Amino acid sequence: MTFVPKPSARHPLLKTNEIGLTRRDYEAIVSTLCAGCGHDSVSAAVIQACHELSIPPHQFAKVSGIGCSSKTPSYFLGNAHGFNSVHGRMPSIATGAYIANKDLKYIGISGDGDSASIGLGQFAHIIRRRVNMCYIVDNNGTYGLTKGQFSATNDRGSTSKRGVPNLYAPIDLVSLAIQLGASFVARSFSGDKQQLIPLIKAAVLHKGFAFIDVISPCVMFNNHDGSTKSYTHVRNHTEPVVDANLIMPRDEITVEYEEGTTTSVPMHDGSKLQLRKLSDSYEPNNRVSALTYVQKAQEEGEIVTGLLFLEEDAVDCHDILGTLDTPFNELDEENLCPGTERLEQINDSLR
Amino acid sequence: MTSYNEFVIRFANVNGSGSASANGMFAKALFRMGIPVTTRNIFPSNIQGLPTWYEVRASAREYFGRREKVDIMVAMNAETYTEDVDRLESGGYLIYDSTRGRPRELCREDVTEIGIPITKLILSEFSDPKQRQLFKNIVYVGALSALLNMEFEVLTSMVASQYRGKDKLIQPNIRALELGRNYALKYLPCPMDIQTRSADLIGDRILVDGNEASALGAIYGGATLCAWYPITPSTSVADAFEKHASRLRVDPETKKKRFAIIQAEDELSAIGMVIGAGWNGARAFTATSGPGISLMNEFLGLAYFAEVPAVVFDVQRAGPSTGMPTRTQQSDLLSVAFASHGDTKHPILLPAAPKECFDFAADAFDLAERIQSPVIVMTDLELGMNQTLSEPFQWDDSRRYDRGKVLDFDDLEEIERYGRYVDSDGDGIGYRTLPGTHPTKGSFFTRGSSRNEWAVYTEDPQSYINNMDRLTKKWETIRRLMPAAEIESRNGRAGIIYFGTTTTPMKESLLMLDENGIALNTLRIRSYPFGADVAEFIETHETIFLVEQNRDAQMKSLLTLDLGIDPEKIISILYYGGFSISADYIVDSVTEHYVVNKLPRLREVES
Ligand SMILES: Cc1ncc(C[n+]2csc(CCOP(=O)(O)OP(=O)(O)O)c2C)c(N)n1
Ligand code: SF4
Ligand SMILES: [Mg+2]
Repeated sequence: MTFVPKPSARHPLLKTNEIGLTRRDYEAIVSTLCAGCGHDSVSAAVIQACHELSIPPHQFAKVSGIGCSSKTPSYFLGNAHGFNSVHGRMPSIATGAYIANKDLKYIGISGDGDSASIGLGQFAHIIRRRVNMCYIVDNNGTYGLTKGQFSATNDRGSTSKRGVPNLYAPIDLVSLAIQLGASFVARSFSGDKQQLIPLIKAAVLHKGFAFIDVISPCVMFNNHDGSTKSYTHVRNHTEPVVDANLIMPRDEITVEYEEGTTTSVPMHDGSKLQLRKLSDSYEPNNRVSALTYVQKAQEEGEIVTGLLFLEEDAVDCHDILGTLDTPFNELDEENLCPGTERLEQINDSLR
Repeated sequence: MTSYNEFVIRFANVNGSGSASANGMFAKALFRMGIPVTTRNIFPSNIQGLPTWYEVRASAREYFGRREKVDIMVAMNAETYTEDVDRLESGGYLIYDSTRGRPRELCREDVTEIGIPITKLILSEFSDPKQRQLFKNIVYVGALSALLNMEFEVLTSMVASQYRGKDKLIQPNIRALELGRNYALKYLPCPMDIQTRSADLIGDRILVDGNEASALGAIYGGATLCAWYPITPSTSVADAFEKHASRLRVDPETKKKRFAIIQAEDELSAIGMVIGAGWNGARAFTATSGPGISLMNEFLGLAYFAEVPAVVFDVQRAGPSTGMPTRTQQSDLLSVAFASHGDTKHPILLPAAPKECFDFAADAFDLAERIQSPVIVMTDLELGMNQTLSEPFQWDDSRRYDRGKVLDFDDLEEIERYGRYVDSDGDGIGYRTLPGTHPTKGSFFTRGSSRNEWAVYTEDPQSYINNMDRLTKKWETIRRLMPAAEIESRNGRAGIIYFGTTTTPMKESLLMLDENGIALNTLRIRSYPFGADVAEFIETHETIFLVEQNRDAQMKSLLTLDLGIDPEKIISILYYGGFSISADYIVDSVTEHYVVNKLPRLREVES
C-alpha cells in the first residue's frame, strides 16, 4: 500500500552533529499513525533537519492543534516540551508561548482541517502578528482523524474515497500566507526529503513567521486516483520552482549547486540560504509575483513547490511589541513589581 | 429642613453629548470636599444619541447602594423627561434647561423645579458649536455648585489641573462654570435644602473603579501578557493595564517593555495566548464578559485538565450581546464555575470593592501558579466601571510571588524519573517543568487527560480514573487556599449572605432592617469553592437569606452543590433587572418574608 518507505528510525551510522548528538537524540516515541502516512515522513524530515542544525533538542518547543497531524509532535524531539492543544487554536498557544519566552525555537504542526477550517481565523492572525516560528501544515486534503471528510484545502472536483465529488472551491494556505504577510512561505511534499529537509532548516532559522504547506497524503482516506492530494497525483503534477539548501556559516561549500544558477539569500543569523532558480521568471522576494505565480500554476493544474516567498530582515512579534530582550518567564518581582512607592503615587493620583 | 452631604443626584443626558467629563468632575469635587461618594453610569449600548444617566450618591453615612428614587434630577434629555420626573423623591429638585420652556408639563406638586436658561447663557458667551454643546454640561455643574453650596475653588482647581498643558482650555471652562454659578446666585434660591458642606470623612481613601483596580493588581501581581478582545464592561481592564504598564513597566534605559498587550482576534485566541504563556512560565491574563466566557469554554477545560495556570477577569453584564450589554448582573456564576466539558470546575474570586479587586487580581496569579489551573476573578459592570470610594491600594515590598511547584535544572538533575502528574506531596498538585529547562530530563507532552501520571499517552480506564480522582483531591487543596468569608454577628437568629456588588447596599439595608426590628448576621462570600466557615454559618442559622443578581439563584445552586446544603434552607432574594440591587429591594424582600411567615422580631413594629 505505501509508496514511501516509513522513514527509518535507526540510521546505521549514528552520525553525530556539531554538538555531539546523534539523530536518535532528536527522535521520540514510535509513531502510532497508519503505516505509510505522509505525516510520519514530515516528522522524519523535522528530526533530520533539527539534527543537521545542531540545535539542542530541548531548545525547541512543539505546539499543535488536533488531528493525526497534530499528534505528530509526540513522534519527534522527545526531549523538547510539546503542547497538543485544541482543534484549530494552536496559533494562539504558540503566540502566548512565544511572548513568554522568545529564546526557544518553535515548531508548530497543524493539519488542513486544523488550519484551513476550524482554525482559519487563528491561522490568519498569527501570520499578521509575525510570531517567530516554523509553522507546518501536514496537508492531506482530508480530516484524517475523523475518518475522511473533505477538508477546505480539497480541490473542487476531487473525489472522496467513496467517489463523492467535492463541490466547493479550495482554500490555498500558501496564497493566504503570502497575502497576509508571512515572511517565509514554502510548499513541499512529504515524500520529497531532498527538498523538505532544507526547507525546514531554513524555516527554523528564519526570524519571523515561516510557513510550510506540506502535501502529505493520507493513505487511509485520500490515496486513490480521484484525490488531488494522493501520492500519484502529486508526483505527476509538481513543478519545483526553487530548491533550498541551507549552508551554515561554518560550512562554506555549496556542493550540489553550480555557479550562475544560485541566488544567495542571507538569513538573520548570518548563515546563507542558497536558492536555485529553476524557473527564470521566478523571484522569491516579491509578494505580488509570488502570488501570481502560485495561482497561475494552480490554474494550470500544477502544484508549485519550493521556497515561494522570502522577506529578509523581517520584523517579528516582539519587535512590533517592543518587548524586553530577557524572556518574560525569567522576570521576577524586581522587574515586574513597581513597589509601594509607585503605588502611593497612584493612590495620590486617585484622590 | 436642611440636609447635608446625604443625597442622590442624577444627570439625564444624551449619549455622546460630552456629559461624562462634566459629571465626573462634579463627583470628584464632592470627594475632594471630603464627602464620601459613589457613582453610577447607566448607559445604553450605543455610541451616540440614546439616553444615558449618571448618578452620584453623596453619603456621609456611607450608604453606597443604588436608590430607587433620587433627590435631585438634572434633566437634560427631553426624551426621558417624564420618566426622569417620575424618579424624583418627594421633596426633591428638578433642574432643567429653561431656554425654551419646560419640555412637558410637570405633573408633580411635591418637587421643586429650578429652570436655568442653559442654552441661552451658552449662546451669549460661546460661538464655537462644539464648545456650545460641551459647555452646557459645565454650566449646570457651575449652577449646582451654588445650589448645593459647594466650594467653588475645588472645581476651578480641578479644571486647572485637568487641562494642564492645554492652557487654552482652562479659561473657557472656568468661564462656563461661572456662567452657571453666577446665574444661580443671582436668580435662584441658593442654597437649596439639600446641601453639601466640607467634611473630613474620606481619610486616605481613593476614588477609583474596579477595572482600573484589577488592572493595577495584575501589574503588581506580575502579569506580563494581557491578551484580550474588546467587550463591555471589561474593556477598561485592558485599557488600564496598558495605561499603567506603559508607565510602570518600561525599562528606563532601553525603553523596552516588560509587558505585552495583544488585542486578539476573538476570545478563543485571547485565552489561548494566556494558556500558551502560562504553559511557558509567564503570568498572563485576559479580561472579558459573559459572551467571551462562552467562547473560552473549550480552552478553559483544556487548561483544567492539562493543568496550566491562567487568570481570567469576568466583568459580568446582563445576558447575550443583544441582551443588556451595558447593564449589570451576577449571572455568569454557574457558567464560569463549570466552564467546559468533561467534569471541570474552576475556582472563583469575588471581590466587592476596588481595593479588593486589586488584592484579588494580584493574588489570582499566585493562586493560579500554585494550583496550576485557571482562576477566574468575577466582578460586574457595577463594580468594574463605576468609580467609588475605596480603601487605598497597598503592597508589601517584601512579598515574593508564589510561582508554585516548578522544577528547575538543578531539581531535575537530582531526581531519577520525572512524572508531570505524579502526586508526590499528596495535595493533588504535581510538579511542572518549563520548556527548555534541561537537555534530557523533564520534557513531556502536554495534552488533555488521555495520559497517565508520567504524562505518557494512554486510554486505560484506571489511569483516567486516577487522574480524575487526583483532580478532586486538588480541588480540596484549592478550597483551603481560597480567601475566607467575611462574617459578622449582629446577634440575629437569621443570617444574610451576599457577595460582590450585592455587598454595596448592605450597610444601608441592615440599618433599615434594624429599624424594622430585624437583626441579621452577615456573611460575605469571597470565593468558590466555599470553606467550612460558609457551611457552618448556614447550619447555625434558622433562616438564611441569599442576595444575588440573577434569575436562577446561581449562587444558591453552587452552595448546595459544593456543600451539600438543603436548598430549602436558603431564601433567595433575586434581582435581575440590569441595575444594581437597591437597599429598598432587599429590605422589602426580607421584611415580607417575616410578615408572611409571622416570624418573631426583636421588637414589635408596625407593618
Ligand atoms: C472542537 C472540535 N471539533 C471537532 C473535533 C473532531 N476532530 C478531531 S480531528 C478533526 C479533523 C482533523 O483534520 P486535520 O486537521 O486535517 O488533521 P489530519 O487528521 O487530517 O491530519 C476533527 C474535526 C475536535 N477534536 N474538536
Ligand atoms: S488516517 Fe490518514 S492522516 Fe491519519 S494517520 Fe492514517 S494515513 Fe495518516
Ligand atoms: Mg488533514
